[in-house]
Amino acid sequence: MATKPKNAAAAEPQAPAAAKPAAKPRASKAAPAATDTPLVSPAAKAKASKAAKAPTTVIVAPETAVVGIAQTVADTYSSDTRIDYYPTHEHEGIKFRRGHVLPFGATSVTGGVNFSIYSASATDCTLVLFDRGAEQPYAEIQFPDEFRVGNVYSMIVFDLDFERLEYGFRMGGPYNPAAGHWFDKTKILSDPYAKVIGGRNAWMAPPDWDNVYPYRSRLAFADFDWENDHPLETPIEDLIVYEMHVRGFTQHPSSGLKNRGTFSALKAKIPYLKELGVNCVELLPIYEFDEWEGTKPNPVTGEPLVNYWGYSTVNFFSPKAGYAATGKYGMQVDELKTLIKELHKNGIEVLLDVVFNHTAEGDHRGHTISFRGVDNKTYYMLTPEGYYFNFSGTGNTLNCNHPVVRNMVLDCLRYWASEYHIDGFRFDLAAILGRAQDGSPLSNPPLLESLAYDPILAKCKLIAEAWDAGGLYQVGSFPNYDRWAEWNGKFRDDTRQFLKGDEAKVGPMKERIMGSPDLYSERGPTASINFITCHDGFTMYDMVAYNEKHNEANGEDNNDGGNDNDSWNCGWEGETDDEGINFLRHKQIKNALTMLLVSQGVPMLLMGDEVGRTQRGNNNTYCQDNDLNWLNWDNLKTNADLFNFAKEMTRFRRNHPVLRSPVHFQHRDYVGSGYPDISFHGTQAWHSDSDASSRAFAFMLCGDHAKQGIVKDSMVYVALNMYWDALDFEIPGLSHDRQWHVFANTALAAPDDIHANGTEVRLENQQNILVGPRSIVVLIGK
Amino acid sequence: MSLTITAEAKKIAKITLTGEVDSLTAREFQKEIERMAAEAPDELILVAKDLDFISSAGLRVLIFAKQKLGTHLNVYVVGAQPSVVETMVKTGLDNSFNIVDHYL
Repeated sequence: MATKPKNAAAAEPQAPAAAKPAAKPRASKAAPAATDTPLVSPAAKAKASKAAKAPTTVIVAPETAVVGIAQTVADTYSSDTRIDYYPTHEHEGIKFRRGHVLPFGATSVTGGVNFSIYSASATDCTLVLFDRGAEQPYAEIQFPDEFRVGNVYSMIVFDLDFERLEYGFRMGGPYNPAAGHWFDKTKILSDPYAKVIGGRNAWMAPPDWDNVYPYRSRLAFADFDWENDHPLETPIEDLIVYEMHVRGFTQHPSSGLKNRGTFSALKAKIPYLKELGVNCVELLPIYEFDEWEGTKPNPVTGEPLVNYWGYSTVNFFSPKAGYAATGKYGMQVDELKTLIKELHKNGIEVLLDVVFNHTAEGDHRGHTISFRGVDNKTYYMLTPEGYYFNFSGTGNTLNCNHPVVRNMVLDCLRYWASEYHIDGFRFDLAAILGRAQDGSPLSNPPLLESLAYDPILAKCKLIAEAWDAGGLYQVGSFPNYDRWAEWNGKFRDDTRQFLKGDEAKVGPMKERIMGSPDLYSERGPTASINFITCHDGFTMYDMVAYNEKHNEANGEDNNDGGNDNDSWNCGWEGETDDEGINFLRHKQIKNALTMLLVSQGVPMLLMGDEVGRTQRGNNNTYCQDNDLNWLNWDNLKTNADLFNFAKEMTRFRRNHPVLRSPVHFQHRDYVGSGYPDISFHGTQAWHSDSDASSRAFAFMLCGDHAKQGIVKDSMVYVALNMYWDALDFEIPGLSHDRQWHVFANTALAAPDDIHANGTEVRLENQQNILVGPRSIVVLIGK
Repeated sequence: MSLTITAEAKKIAKITLTGEVDSLTAREFQKEIERMAAEAPDELILVAKDLDFISSAGLRVLIFAKQKLGTHLNVYVVGAQPSVVETMVKTGLDNSFNIVDHYL
């Protein structure tokens, strides 16, 4: 992070950020004009046809005089101005008064803006005001000491241009790192509570490295028209999560979209998500981070390696401008809200991946952006010598269980839930959130408890990545308050090992299939977010095409990224023309998709796995802004069999509530159907072999027990054979007039591998079925 | 910027936007809207064919117009250039306005 490349182009002012206050933003005019093929929405076109009727009489009013620049915002509100909002102070022509201590941040009030910021150890605080993009501030106002209440500085400043304002703070205080203090009044600091950050308005636009204030706090507006939208509150067991990267989803030219890599482009691809059958997207970090952080050249290609994933927060409350096509106009808030509203209209929930374990400020060598300069000792976990604890593996650790920081996290999540209608959150390296200020794990972490019982977050999904880089691994034991779900790392490990034919995996796999009652006996299967792949590690295709990671392109001599991949290349490392190997790979992907989607718990699919996306063996693509990460939409044609399989499998899950139980199985018949809710089988019906040498088992779900017997469903029988030879499975008999029908058989080539839901094929032989080598058969009894 | 108020069976208000609506001219625009609100029109026509650029401030005034004049009121944005329409679509404003090529 300390070495940033100086780019010659950086000196060139970027529109519209560099427009001078006096001049009209002519530069910004060039931006819309530069777009080549104009896009008119079908809706707009449709509306165009219904032009209204002509009025007969027209009275033309006199031209309005141009209002002078001196016009103030306050005038606009003159009729509404309350008597208590009058200025009491003036500094260089700027009027201000004592402010409100809460809420923190900058808040529009009648005729002005209320600024409020906390610092326990600062000795003074100065508000710094810029016109948008200006090199130097136009005003600096030190908070009079009488404006400070406790450790909070607040003031209302009048007559500000809401649209063009950028603000920051200078904090006075001791510079003494050994004591934890890093105050430096030469630095202009971002507001930890800023709702919009200006300065990185278009992805990878070259920044001005000499900027006195690179990440500029701005105001956000609450005037978005949500109509009747609100979070969907889908029961968590009914979710199929799609973990995705906003940019990677549409940036590849094959997406065929304009404004690729943006919220707006994602919105254009909602029909694809619907067809795939997912009903929840989990977005990798979408709040403001700096893709330029830690940039270095790729040793192989010379192209820049960048902070692509974005697990490095600059500001927790602000959406990433570089992900918005309208970011150059500062409209990222509206564009993101428009996306969320549209996803909700299509029945798709939105989960955010939130990174409250560290910030972009790094360790003692890092930049000072905000927290370090505002109040280092409050915001970071420090060793007794004043160094940064590094439980996150990225330089610093946010001091989450400090009461002030805890409140910031809470305020932040409440803000996303209420202002952006977010349906839930996935907490990166959440084990850190359970550490005390000295780093030791807490048995009853106040932050996790506060989140679990928060009234505003009450209907939000809370999902923990239940480990950290400091060695704390809490899968199954994460402090949960009967509320938190977890990324089930054991599901990933066991399914991968079972898939490649490891010994002694039948026992663990039965637990995973059931929603991991061994891990979540108290919480139920809904605590288990089941996944086989995520952004971290191999894609599903690479998991069956590579034995080893191939991370050379990351520039660390292949030393980065995990080595515990549990992958098997099916006989050849990397791409091959061998048809047998390629068939086996596709079969293994279908096996994996099946295991994921017939297991109890909440399945999560990684973006692109449904079409065999490859990272060419790279299992740590955090820095690759190229086709290693971008979804190639041509795969939809080349791997059509995978997409079709995934699509039918998600529909199968949706059509069969027996796969989505909110509670654990009881292994007995409690509805009088004659069958237990779940039963295990092997090559012999009603007899399952969990010996170490066994690599095959089957299970049957009784449809009469679906959702605890509330709804009726078919019987579902799944035979999993990860042995290298075909095995003959005896199928349990059905009562009444039900017959077994084949839904899926991964041993067969498309189109016989899976049948469209509702067109399952009746099985000739109702007693036995031959399950091919490394294959899964799914039957339904109806 | 010109303002037209039509007195008929239906009261139609019309504002012509030309050049650039940035954060400075947006204030004028907002004043026009407020002036118009006093007339309680049935329909609002924004003639935008000579509008080259509208900043976020200008877009916010559009939202303000809808709020000030009532959500039941039909607002037509007429003849806007593709770049303007595109920005409106991306930020969700197309839901609240009738974006039309012509208003006869």
